[in-house]
Amino acid sequence: MIVAEKLSKNFNDIQAVADISFTVKEGETMVLLGTSGCGKTTTLKMINRLIEATSGSISINGQDIFQQQPEILRRTIGYVSQNNGLFPHYTVSENIAVVPRLLGWDKVKIREHAEKLLDQLKLPVAEFGDKYPDELSGGQKQRVTVARALISDSPVLLMDEPFGALDPVTRAAVRKEFVNLPELKKKTIILVTHDVQEAFEMGDRICLMDKGRIVQSGDAKDLLFRPANDFVRSFFENQRLYLELTALKFEDIWHLLPVSDSMPDNVLESNQSLWQGMELLSQRNVKEIAIKNLQNGEVRIGTQSSIQTAFNQIKNNI
Amino acid sequence: METSQSLWGFMAQQSDKLWSQTLAHIGLTCISLLIAVIIGLPLGIWIAQKRKAAWFILGFAGILQTIPSIALLGFMIPLLGIGALPAITALFMYALLPIIRNTYTGIIGVDAAITESARAMGMNKWQVLFRVELPLAMPVILAGIRTATVINVGVATLAAYIAAGGLGEFIFGGIALNNTNMILAGAIPAALLAIFFDFLLSRIQKANVKRMRKVSVILPALLLILSSFYIIPHTKNQILGGFTPEFMGREDGYLGLKSKYNLDIPTVVISDAVMYKAAFENKIDVISGYSTDGRLKAYNLITLKDDKHIFPPYFASAVIREDILKKFPELQPTLELLSGQINDSVMTDLNYRVDYLKQSPEKVAHDFLLSKGLYKKPLNGNKGTIRLGSKIFAEQYILIQMFKELIEGNTQLKTVSQTGLGGTKICFDALTNGEIDMYPEYTGTGLLVLLKPSSAVMEGLAGDREKVFEYVKAQFLTQYKLRWLKPIGFNNAYALMMRKTQAQSLNIKTISDLKIHSSNENQQH
Repeated sequence: MIVAEKLSKNFNDIQAVADISFTVKEGETMVLLGTSGCGKTTTLKMINRLIEATSGSISINGQDIFQQQPEILRRTIGYVSQNNGLFPHYTVSENIAVVPRLLGWDKVKIREHAEKLLDQLKLPVAEFGDKYPDELSGGQKQRVTVARALISDSPVLLMDEPFGALDPVTRAAVRKEFVNLPELKKKTIILVTHDVQEAFEMGDRICLMDKGRIVQSGDAKDLLFRPANDFVRSFFENQRLYLELTALKFEDIWHLLPVSDSMPDNVLESNQSLWQGMELLSQRNVKEIAIKNLQNGEVRIGTQSSIQTAFNQIKNNI
Repeated sequence: METSQSLWGFMAQQSDKLWSQTLAHIGLTCISLLIAVIIGLPLGIWIAQKRKAAWFILGFAGILQTIPSIALLGFMIPLLGIGALPAITALFMYALLPIIRNTYTGIIGVDAAITESARAMGMNKWQVLFRVELPLAMPVILAGIRTATVINVGVATLAAYIAAGGLGEFIFGGIALNNTNMILAGAIPAALLAIFFDFLLSRIQKANVKRMRKVSVILPALLLILSSFYIIPHTKNQILGGFTPEFMGREDGYLGLKSKYNLDIPTVVISDAVMYKAAFENKIDVISGYSTDGRLKAYNLITLKDDKHIFPPYFASAVIREDILKKFPELQPTLELLSGQINDSVMTDLNYRVDYLKQSPEKVAHDFLLSKGLYKKPLNGNKGTIRLGSKIFAEQYILIQMFKELIEGNTQLKTVSQTGLGGTKICFDALTNGEIDMYPEYTGTGLLVLLKPSSAVMEGLAGDREKVFEYVKAQFLTQYKLRWLKPIGFNNAYALMMRKTQAQSLNIKTISDLKIHSSNENQQH
């Protein structure tokens, strides 16, 4: 669990982060979302003391981070940055071994962990272990960076625009892979991004920041349907329909969907988003899909018009 | 083809010297480079952390770099004397800037994202430096070391000016003796060394970022080994000779000392600009000076008698075009008023006044003529104009000023002076081409530099003052229609010199005495 209280950072006369507080529960992923210069990266870097806070306090699992030596602290916090930051003079294996070596692991343990992790990330050691970063593609590099941050199995992971340097196609692929990594399920993660889709896809909770402050904090539905002010509202204006359809799950509109009397071939689960339902409808070019409720096994029917009607009703009720 | 063969011949003949000079050259370069790396690398690292200090350190090292190398060596002599220490110090100073600057540039050029991720993973300051910054900056740092090496191989040739050895001994000896083979015997190995080191370092530099860890071990070790090539000449209280590069290569110089006197003392090569002072300061004991040099007096040195006559006489006299003498017959008796008036010690004193007391040559010449009662007021005649030339040193300036006053006081002729005609060759060509009418020359120079007679003729002359003068006079008249007037009296020849106090305490008066003394010493050791 990460607790930050009244955190501020001044660079000379400019206040980059102003008096913000937040709590990230164990196993939760919190996203710091905002435009460039809103203070989200500064906030992130204060947590592993790459930037020293001007005032305020941060504790990780009950321990005050300012009481620890910065280097020792950082070895216990995974960090993934936008510009991968891989060492060009180290092989993939050596890059991954940096933190374990700092922690004094023996070689066998390092190799075992590295092998397992690289396999999961589809970078088999036999093929990639002895390669140097400049021999890898952008997506491969970023996966090595992720492996490097995960290998020591630190409970906390900080990610600064981790997929920001990748092209949209690769980004989506690496992100999907990343979300499904078993190592990540238990981790407490703070992720910085300016990409709203990424925030919605990955964040259990999203803190929208502006001018060094947290403007609103909550899940995607809170931000979309219960905006705290005009800034929040206008922030999502560009892709509102898409975002709303992504934020709403079938379980949210369950009671508005017609009950099934037939059983269509194409089946979705109720924790999937309306967007995924619409996508499936148009991709398969079908009139209706089945949606299965995970809790009770009940099945309901989704059509273009039934989803749309339900969506409009929900919106009006919120 | 003949040149290259004889160059090869020269190098083969001098292979011992060539080898020892090359080793000394490598040693000098590498010692100074090693020190520059030991000091420059941490300094570069330091200013990369403290950027505010960077401009100051880089500026200072930059200023060192802009000091002309000869001048830097000149500064060194009062502080550190002569020999290895000032040479290495000067070379070190030249090597410093590229090493500091490239270390600094290399480190600050490391991608900030990489150093940040190193810190973010929990590396401390030193781990970031040694595991990330230095390995990644290494190609740039090596480029700096490479630049410094090439600079040092070049500048190290100048070490020969201050008795520190190296290939400069051949180069400057060759220049002084107008001996192309000798120049090339020094210059070609020096150039090859520069190319070789440059190539070697370029290979190391390109040896791939990944192998940098090995490079950081191999390079210092290599430098250390190469540095040991330089063996500082040690003397154990023996008498140490310091001779100019020119003297070292001349038959009427060091070669003659060895063959005629069997003199075998340890020697270093040194520039005549610092030689006298070095002798005065006990850095060296025997030097090869010019017998009328003002510094002889300034530094309380005495000349040793050349009892076996290996140094040919260098009697000064006016050389004048025959047609001018015919046109103005009054010139010859006028100019010869000076004949026999100036002996060695008088000329030394006159030179001393100009070189050390900073009196103008005009004043010194004028005062001398006054004291001898030879001065007459100018007659301001307009019968014609005599053009006087001179080489660029005090003695010649003094002499032509005397000629000028004599001509203008005793004849109806006017004079114009063309001082600063460089060396012998320029003066002589100006004279034969009719651009000047006369200049002061020395019999030895006329003989060895201009006439270059066969060795049979040389044997016949046997260094005899009269015979040499008569030979030169006759040859100049027939070959060039130039006439030598009667010698002025002094002999500005090569001479071995020692400190007066040392020579007296060892009771050395002649070169033979020196030989006996050094042989006795050699037996003791």
